[in-house]
Amino acid sequence: MTLHLKMDEPVDRDRLEDMVQGVIGEPIDRPEGELKVTGRAPYAMEQLPENCHHGVLVRSTISKGRLADLDKTTIEALPGIRLVVTDRRLLRNPAQGMAGEAPVQETDNIHFFGQPVALVVAETFEQARHGAQRIVQQLQADTKVVVNPDDPEAEIETPRKKQASTGDLDKAMREAAFTVDQHYTTPGHVSAAMEPHASLASWDGDSLTLHGSYQMLRFNRAELADALGIDEDKVRILAPYVGGGFGSKLGIAPEAVAAAIASKELGVPVAVAMTRQNVFEMVLRRSETSQRIRLAADKEGRLIGIGHEALVSNLPDESFSEPVTQATPFLYRGENRLIGHRIARIHRTPAGSVRAPGEAVGLTALEIALDELAEVSGIDPVELRLRNIPEEDPSQGIPFSSHTLAEALTTGAERFGWESRDPKPGTVREGEWMIGLGMASAARVNMLIESKARVTLTSEGRAVVETDMTDIGTGTYAVLSQLAAEMLGLPMTEVETRLGDTGLPPASGSGGSFGAASNGTAVFLACEEIRRQICEKLTCEPDDLTLKDGHAIVGNRRVPLAEMLDGAELSAEGHTEPGDAEDKVRQATYGSYFAEVAVNAVTGETRVRRMLGVFAAGRILNAKTARSQCLGGMTFGIGMALTEELLHDKRDGHIVNRDFAEYHLPVNADVPQIDIVLLEERDRWANPLQAKGIGELGICGAAAAVVNAVHNATGVRVRDLPATLDKVIGGL
Amino acid sequence: MNAAGNPTAQTQLAINGRDYRLDADTRTTLLDALRTHLGLTGSKKGCDHGQCGACTVLVNGRRVNSCLTLACMHDGDEIVTIEGLGKPGQLSPLQEAFVRHDGFQCGYCTPGQICSATAMIEEIAAGWPSHVTDDGTGKPQLTVEEISERMSGNLCRCAAYPNIVDAILEAAGGKRA
Repeated sequence: MTLHLKMDEPVDRDRLEDMVQGVIGEPIDRPEGELKVTGRAPYAMEQLPENCHHGVLVRSTISKGRLADLDKTTIEALPGIRLVVTDRRLLRNPAQGMAGEAPVQETDNIHFFGQPVALVVAETFEQARHGAQRIVQQLQADTKVVVNPDDPEAEIETPRKKQASTGDLDKAMREAAFTVDQHYTTPGHVSAAMEPHASLASWDGDSLTLHGSYQMLRFNRAELADALGIDEDKVRILAPYVGGGFGSKLGIAPEAVAAAIASKELGVPVAVAMTRQNVFEMVLRRSETSQRIRLAADKEGRLIGIGHEALVSNLPDESFSEPVTQATPFLYRGENRLIGHRIARIHRTPAGSVRAPGEAVGLTALEIALDELAEVSGIDPVELRLRNIPEEDPSQGIPFSSHTLAEALTTGAERFGWESRDPKPGTVREGEWMIGLGMASAARVNMLIESKARVTLTSEGRAVVETDMTDIGTGTYAVLSQLAAEMLGLPMTEVETRLGDTGLPPASGSGGSFGAASNGTAVFLACEEIRRQICEKLTCEPDDLTLKDGHAIVGNRRVPLAEMLDGAELSAEGHTEPGDAEDKVRQATYGSYFAEVAVNAVTGETRVRRMLGVFAAGRILNAKTARSQCLGGMTFGIGMALTEELLHDKRDGHIVNRDFAEYHLPVNADVPQIDIVLLEERDRWANPLQAKGIGELGICGAAAAVVNAVHNATGVRVRDLPATLDKVIGGL
Repeated sequence: MNAAGNPTAQTQLAINGRDYRLDADTRTTLLDALRTHLGLTGSKKGCDHGQCGACTVLVNGRRVNSCLTLACMHDGDEIVTIEGLGKPGQLSPLQEAFVRHDGFQCGYCTPGQICSATAMIEEIAAGWPSHVTDDGTGKPQLTVEEISERMSGNLCRCAAYPNIVDAILEAAGGKRA
C-alpha cells in the first residue's frame, strides 16, 4: 500500500508531536559512524573485483577547436594497454542537476580546456595512467575563442524571463536619503568533495551495474541509460556511501559513461576515477559573478528600492546559469525593485550547481551592500536589517510560510556580544592585529521534491527503510532511521536504513537542501500507512494507538510488535510530491552570522577568531547532524571570503590552480570553534514533518559577515572576493 | 618484470601486525598498494598529490601521505592503517570520540584524520614544537590551537574541523584553553 501526499495545503497537525519514542530531533550519533571511522564504509572505488581493469581519462589541451586525430598506435604497444575509448557516446561534461537525460555527447569538437576526449584502459592503474599521458592528440585550435566574461566580444545573453522590474528604481535612488550603488565580484568556485568522481562498471549480459559517487540516483540512472542508448531498467547504480557532493555529483559525469562503454567492449569490469585535476577541469564549477547592487533607503534606513543585476557565465549551450539574485526578491522590503540577469557565453569549464547556487554568492554581495548602507546611514547593521524585514513577499505579494529572520538577528547579536562593536572602523587593535566584528543575514529558498520510500516492519518487530536516496555526509542514514524509529516506536538499534541503490524506491536525491525533508516525508507517510495497518490488526482508531519501545499500546493493552505480527510482516510505501503550497506562500529558511576577525596590519592577513551562526529551518530532525551541516556551510563561507578562487588563464581559459595546493580550501587552522544556534521553528506549509532544508543555509551570506568584519577592523571595503592579503593591505 | 612487461618489485610489508608480500609495478604508490593490491581500502585517495591528507597512514609510527611514497620503498617497514586502529565494536578511543562529536560527515577524509591525529598526539607528547608553540624549547600542550595547527594537513570539505578538534581533545585528555 502507498500513502500519497501532494503538498497543496498546509499540514496543521504536527503528527510527530503525537509520538512518544523521543528520538526525533535528538543529537543521535550517525548509525553508519562506526563504519566510517574504521575505514569500512565502501565508497565507489572500494569493491574492485579480481579482474578489474583501470581507465584514465584523456583531456583536451585546447579550449576550442577539433580533435582531428587521436593516434592510438602511439600507446598500443605499451605493456598492459587494452583499449582506447573514443566513442561518440562519451560525455563532454556532467549532466546538470535533475536533467534526467544525457548531457552533450561529443569528443571531436572541443569546447573547453580540459574536456575529456578519450579513455585509456589498461590492466593496471599505473599502465593506464602512463598510456593516457603518452597518447598523442592532433588538435586543431580555433584562432578566435572567447574565454573571459569581460571580453568585449563575448556573446551576452539576457533571458527575458530572468529580468524583473517594479516601480522606478532610478527615481527611488534620486529621492533616497541614503544610497549604495556598487559593483561586487566573486570568482569561480569548486565543490571540491574529498572523494573524486569515480565509477566501477560491470555488465551481466545487457544489464549494467555501476558503483558510483552520485547524489541523485533516479536522475543519474536515466542520464546514464540515455547516454548509452539503453533502457533504464537495464541500469543499476549503487552509491551507499558518497564522499561528499556539494552539487558536483548531481548529474552523471564523463567517467561513468566511459567506464560503462569500456567494460562492455572488454567484457571485464572497468574502474575509472577522475584525478583531482580532472575534477577541477571536467566537473561543473560555480560561475564567477559580477554584480551591481543599488540600495535606496529613507532617512530611517527603510529601503525604498533594491536593484540587483548579475553577470554570470557558461558554455554557449549549457542551460544552467547561477541564480545570483534568488533571495533578493523576498529578503528585504522596498517597493521599487529591479532584477537583472545576464549570461556571458564563454569557453571555460562549464558552470553548474555548487552548494547553494544563487544565494551563496548573491546574498554575500547583497549583505556587503547592506553593510555599506549601514555605514552611510549610521544605522547599526543589525538594526538596519530589522527595519527592512517585509510583512509579506514584496515581489509576489504572498505571505511567508514562516519567518524567523528577526529572531535570528536579535538572538545572534545578543549571543555574540554585538553591542561591544565600535562602529568606527579601525579602532580596536591588539599589537599588530586589527580587530573587527561583522554580521550578515542568511536566507535560502526551501523546496519539496517528489520522493518515495518503503518501510517494512519485519516479523521480529524491526523496521527497514529503503530508498535510492543518498547520504553524502548530510546525515540521511541518521534522520531517516530516526523518523522511522519515532513513528513506529522503536529504539534506533531496531531500525535499519538502506540507501543508494536504484533498485529501491526512487527518492528526491541529495541536492538543493531538499533531501531530508522530501525523502523524510516519504518515510513518514510509509510509517503512517504501517500504523494504519497495525490499527487494523488491533481494531483500534489511529489516535488510540501508541507505539513505544517495540510495543503497541491501546488502552490498557500492551503487546510486543513481534507478538502482534505473529510471523507476518507489514510493508508500505510513502510518496510525496510538491503541489500548490509552493505558489501560495513564500517558503524559505533564515539565519544570521556574526564574525570576529583579526587583520594583520603588517601583512594584511585575515584570521577568523570567532564565528556564530543562528539558523531556523523548521523542525530539526537531528540536532547533531544539522549543526554539522551549518559548520560546513559557514566554513565554505570562510573560504569564499578569504581564500577560494578559481584562476583562469586569460589566453585560453584553462584553470591554472587545478589542485589543492593552489586552490585554497579552508584548513583546520583557518576555522575557529564556530558556535551554532538552531532556533525552534515549525513550518506547516513545508511538509508534514514541518522541517525545512539546512544543508545550504549556512553558506548563504556567511562570507559577507567575514568581509564586513574586515571592514570594521581596517576600514578597507573589499568588493572583489576573496579578501586576499594584497587587497586588504592595499587599502591600509 | 610482470607478465605485461613492466618492472616489478617484491616488497615485504608488515601491515597492522600482519605480513604481506607484494609483487607490484614499481610505480605503485603505497596508497595504491594498500587499496588496489591488498584490499585495505580504508586509506582514501583524495588528490594523489599529498595535498589533502586523506591517505595518511603510519609508517614506523610516523604519519605519512601514502600517495606520495612508492610501495617498493617500504620493504620491511611497519605500517598501520585505519583498519589497524580499531574495528566496528572495538573502536579506539579516538574513533569513538569522532563518532560522538560528529568529527566527520561524508567520512571520506576521516581515516586520514584519525591516523593523522593518532600520530599527532604522540608528536605533542614527545615535545615536538609546531608553528604555534610559544616557546620552541618548552613542552607543547594539547590545546585547540596546537591541534588545529597540527591537523591542517588533513582537509575536510564537509568542514567538521571544530568537531575533529573536540574529538581529539576529549580522546587525548587535552584542554580547551
